Amino acid sequence: MLTFLALASVVLLGIVPEQSQAIMIYTGWERHALVGGDIRLSCSFFSWRWTSEEVTFSWTYRPDGARDSISIFHYTGGEAYVDNKGPFRDRLEFVGNPGRRDGSILIKNLDYNDNGTFTCDAKNPPDIVGRPSSVRLLVFEKVPIQAGVITGAIIGVVLGLLVLIVVIYYLMRFLVARRVFSLSVSKHGKKKKEGSQQRQLWTPPPSLATPSPKRTVSLPPHPSLSVCLTLLLLNVFFCPLHTAPPVLLTPSLILSSLTHQSHPSISLTLLSS
Amino acid sequence: MLLLLLGIILLHVAGLVLLFVSTIVSVWTTGETGTADLWLNCTTDGGYHCNPGSSGEWIQAVQAVMILSIIFSCLSLFLFFCQLFTLQKGGRFFLTGTFQILASLFVMSGAIIYTVMSPQWVPGTDRFGYSYILAWVAFPLALISGLIYVILRKRE
Repeated sequence: MLTFLALASVVLLGIVPEQSQAIMIYTGWERHALVGGDIRLSCSFFSWRWTSEEVTFSWTYRPDGARDSISIFHYTGGEAYVDNKGPFRDRLEFVGNPGRRDGSILIKNLDYNDNGTFTCDAKNPPDIVGRPSSVRLLVFEKVPIQAGVITGAIIGVVLGLLVLIVVIYYLMRFLVARRVFSLSVSKHGKKKKEGSQQRQLWTPPPSLATPSPKRTVSLPPHPSLSVCLTLLLLNVFFCPLHTAPPVLLTPSLILSSLTHQSHPSISLTLLSS
Repeated sequence: MLLLLLGIILLHVAGLVLLFVSTIVSVWTTGETGTADLWLNCTTDGGYHCNPGSSGEWIQAVQAVMILSIIFSCLSLFLFFCQLFTLQKGGRFFLTGTFQILASLFVMSGAIIYTVMSPQWVPGTDRFGYSYILAWVAFPLALISGLIYVILRKRE
């Protein structure tokens, strides 16, 4: 990304006079890692010159609280020389690609003593004037869980279960209503008189501020009660509760009333009661 | 009749208000230097300032459970008014009572989790704050309210 921007600026600005040339080195600002884990410290540079064969990279390390820094890595003449006496012996590895201006190193098996500042210095002869760049390493015991992840998960699961239970309840009610209607229609010939008498006797109780259209779509209680008890033997929630208008029942009632054209009276009494 | 209705609603709303205060005000633990949990840790030395609270798993569980109890109690209040107008005569407020009892169970589990797990991150010198006490008071209020709903029958 950075090299692309650099190349774009080269194209836009044209050839820059030689006095303003300077090598620019890029590392990160801060890196976080876990104890016992690995970290890759990246270092790349921008230079107006082509990458020469004598390009050099060198890394130095200054522990937190110390004043002096020690050199831990050097790449020159096509050879990489890693730390073999200092704090990073046997833990440091060169993973960069000097041909692509990448001088990254890999440090393995981190410890709390590795907290500190790492400085990368790159030279691309004859372009040798530039400032080294530093990256700070912070080693943690464990990555803390982000605040709110578990909270959101628990709330989401419980509310999802609630929604699922409501959906299943209305689905069951819809299926029961369909079976009830088909059963009551099939028994229409036998019990027509009784059924209409029952419907005449039963009137919905006057309740506060209930609009009448809501009552029309609810089932008459007596056939549904008997069918509930005979068919389902499920929990009592299904039968005495007519809390919310079951809007799913209306299309089913209309559809079944349309198919059973020989019984228009039933649909009329149901919809007008 | 109207008095009974008002009393029940008042009990429900009182429980709800206690739940809100207990969840929102971050004073589950008080010490000499400041207060902590559920959401913020505030210190009073060197000026009063607050930092985001610790993000351990158990605190997040308590947060989630308290928020769920508020949601269920609000749903229960809304359902009570729905059922008041649509329930037939002699019916019971099962749904309202169920939600309210669930809310009380959530508060209880939140308070229990906090009681058992807080020694892990709270120093021994700190005491429990008033939000914690309000949570424990809200639990029996919500439970009694839920039981009343389950027992109550709609008249008139």
